[in-house]
Amino acid sequence: MNRSTKVSRPPVSSSAGSASSGETASNAVSTLIKSYSDNTPARLKLIDSFLLFLILAGVLQFAYCVLVTNFPFNSFIAGFASTVGQFVLLASLRIQANRANEKDFPSVTPERAFGDFLFGSVVLHFFVVNFLG
Amino acid sequence: MSAAYHSPDFSPRTIASIGYSLRALIFFVVFAAAVSSRLFAVIRHESIIHEYDPAFNFRATKVLTKDGYYRFWNWFDPTAWYPLGRAAGGTLYPGLMATSGAIYNVLHFFNIDVNIRDVCVFLAPGFAGLTAWATYMFTKTMKDESAGLLAGIFIAIAPGYISRSVAGSYDNEAIAIFLLMITFYLWIKAVKEGSALWGVGTAIFYFYMVASWGGYVFITNMIPLHAFVLILMGRFSTRLYVSYSTFYAVGTLASMQVPFVGFLPVRTSEHMAALGVFGLIQLVAFVELVRSHVPSKQFALLLRAFVAFVFFTSFAALVALTYGGYIAPWTGRFYSLWDTGYARKHIPIISSVSEHQPPAWPAFFFDLEMLVWLFPAGIYLLFRELRDEHVFVIIYATMASYFASVMVRLMLTLTPVVCVAAAIAISSLLDTYLDPQEPESAEDSVNSIAASEPVAAVSKPTAKGGKKGKAAAAAKAAAAADGDGVADDVADIAPSNEVVNGSTTHPVWAFKRAKESLGIYGLDSRVVVSIYTLVLLLVFVLHCTFVTSTAYSSPSVVLASRNADGSQHIIDDFREAYHWLKQNTASDARVMSWWDYGYQIAGFSDRTTLVDNNTWNNTHIATVGKAMASPEDKAYNILQQHDVDYVLVMFGGLLGYSGDDMNKFLWMIRISQGIWPEEIREVDFFTPQGQYKVDDGATKTMKNSLMYKMSYYRFNELFGGRPGMDRVRGTPTATEGPKLDYLEEAFTSENWIVRIYEVKKSDPLGRELPLANAFDSGKRRKRSSTASKGSSSSRPKARKGAAAAS
Repeated sequence: MNRSTKVSRPPVSSSAGSASSGETASNAVSTLIKSYSDNTPARLKLIDSFLLFLILAGVLQFAYCVLVTNFPFNSFIAGFASTVGQFVLLASLRIQANRANEKDFPSVTPERAFGDFLFGSVVLHFFVVNFLG
Repeated sequence: MSAAYHSPDFSPRTIASIGYSLRALIFFVVFAAAVSSRLFAVIRHESIIHEYDPAFNFRATKVLTKDGYYRFWNWFDPTAWYPLGRAAGGTLYPGLMATSGAIYNVLHFFNIDVNIRDVCVFLAPGFAGLTAWATYMFTKTMKDESAGLLAGIFIAIAPGYISRSVAGSYDNEAIAIFLLMITFYLWIKAVKEGSALWGVGTAIFYFYMVASWGGYVFITNMIPLHAFVLILMGRFSTRLYVSYSTFYAVGTLASMQVPFVGFLPVRTSEHMAALGVFGLIQLVAFVELVRSHVPSKQFALLLRAFVAFVFFTSFAALVALTYGGYIAPWTGRFYSLWDTGYARKHIPIISSVSEHQPPAWPAFFFDLEMLVWLFPAGIYLLFRELRDEHVFVIIYATMASYFASVMVRLMLTLTPVVCVAAAIAISSLLDTYLDPQEPESAEDSVNSIAASEPVAAVSKPTAKGGKKGKAAAAAKAAAAADGDGVADDVADIAPSNEVVNGSTTHPVWAFKRAKESLGIYGLDSRVVVSIYTLVLLLVFVLHCTFVTSTAYSSPSVVLASRNADGSQHIIDDFREAYHWLKQNTASDARVMSWWDYGYQIAGFSDRTTLVDNNTWNNTHIATVGKAMASPEDKAYNILQQHDVDYVLVMFGGLLGYSGDDMNKFLWMIRISQGIWPEEIREVDFFTPQGQYKVDDGATKTMKNSLMYKMSYYRFNELFGGRPGMDRVRGTPTATEGPKLDYLEEAFTSENWIVRIYEVKKSDPLGRELPLANAFDSGKRRKRSSTASKGSSSSRPKARKGAAAAS
């Protein structure tokens, strides 16, 4: 569930639209793509590409786990949790660094958001490495 | 505008510094009160570890400090669960031991040579002080600093929390409540600020909590529930996304590092709510983002339907996975919280614990006194101003009240939220009645309302008038601060002619309205209510001290009773017997007892036990129960199969100690009946009338059972051979005392509370033991045979005790 997430990726959203079909949906999808590429600043797009990479890594690991083996289950959990955790931390950074959300975060500047991101990632990867076994 | 009294005129800096020093002073006093009110047991008796579970925690801590952390992590305990052993390092929550080990090491680094036992005894009072601080911080985010201080004071002395954290109660709850409050505080802070830093901080303290107490499941379900309710209330925000997602992603992975928890967070139903809300929050955040890019209304509807669809699909998938066996269903311990009759029917070992019974209402008053009726008032006040964090307290209050009403033991998780809500109620009351600001008196309001009333009337007709109305309202607000000269101010701004018209017509009914306006007038009502509240608070302190001193500060290892002249009489049979075991038996001797005493035997006597308080293997416990409930010959087989050397029973019949094994006997029967229904049957132990009797009317099965024989062996001798008086059951015992063929009495403590029997070796000539016994005695009385063969060290002791008691 957590892979159908909050990045504005065209493929994900088109699956959302086509699942329920309709003229408005396909219109809306094209509006969405256009609006996204027009209105999103470059650094958010950079974050989004990293998010996409994390999704792919997570899907790949999950597919391996389901199709081949889950034998060192702790290694799978560690690897998968690192992609999920990193994704979530990055998505948080994206939200906080987004100018549109400035009023939601009175006490968090983009620099502070980046600091939080670094702290969270270090803690996350400490646990990941400890759990790899 | 007038004031009821005038506070002294200090500069803001002076006021701030007075505030700081007052706060420091209050914290010092609260900490001192929290620690000192927990020391009754240590001062009255001695600095020892009290209950059953702490005995094991203490033993594990000694392993940690003596052998180091790695040895403790991989500690395999061959002396517990005798043939099986216990991989202790992987089946405990190491947070408590790690904490006291760390404190011990720090103190020794600074050359403060404290004993590890003292660190363990005084850990709980120390952490109670920290709990007060954490509760202060938590309540501060809910209301303000003064409510926070009140909540800190309440939690420091509330008996509901003291009951599990007196000095010597070295249990997981000692640090768990502090961790619970600090985790909740960090979570609230994370939600308020929407900062990933605090989200990760919550996760780190959550990890500490998981490492410390099995009750972490409460947090695992409270925080997702809060997030879920916020989403349902339409209060989803990006702040919620940031705080919850970071907490869940880091916290779940962190919780899996604890070996005892392992893969449970991805495999069991208890943790699925957190996962589900995590998925939902991702979905909602994604949909919100898409919506911000596409303005179409129909599309927004479509997206909402999509969220609902995915939510229900994944819920169905979860149910299917649970039924398919991929996700473990609720464990019995948690399930019995929902289906309250479940444990009694299916898992007697859960309902056999007295802490797992529902409490009666006096228990609530006893543990919380006035807080219990301030609690709903505080919740109501939170409802009136419903901020995001208030939702959390309301949910917490609801859930914890339910759980506490199902299980006495969970009163512990209810106490913090009761303190928080009661502090909010009291502090709102004091805010209102200590505020010197008087409501506008009659004449004042005649003036001001007369001035503003017509303006409100003007504001209706046109847009232009509306604007003027707003201006007038602003003027009114300014006027309220100024006091006099209201009419002039308003008249300047508002259209003058209409005001003049209005002011001539309205004074009378403006006066009426002023009388209706609510408020507190004068000093008298303020003083009365404040003093009354103060008296309530003082009585609360008295009640807490009284309850702590009388009910919750008695060590269970020594029993204290009062003599006729009021002096204290200490009954120390438990330690007497445990030390006898330690000093007079082989160091690898196996001792069988009911599971309650397993940890204490291991801790005090350092001998191998068959079962202990960690009830992980129900069958093994049922085996012991079967041995206790079987006739001697069948029990002897079981004892030999398990290499048992000594059997220990508690018997309170002489002294009236009601927690003895004859009273627990029915649970032994029930637990073993669950495994061997055809061999052990509960009905066999009842008379045809359905009575549980131990006198002459007892059934044959009862009289033949090993437990009965061990408890009443030689009991009649105390009464000169006549039927003795069992002071717990309140009945005379059987006329003819039981005889033992396969066991012999090894030790009986001074007041006959602990009786230890040695299992005889098989006869060297290959005879059946009863035959050999009969041959040896040569007579019918077999006392002389035991006298000739019995261990010399114990015999005089038992005699002496018997003489003293009779």
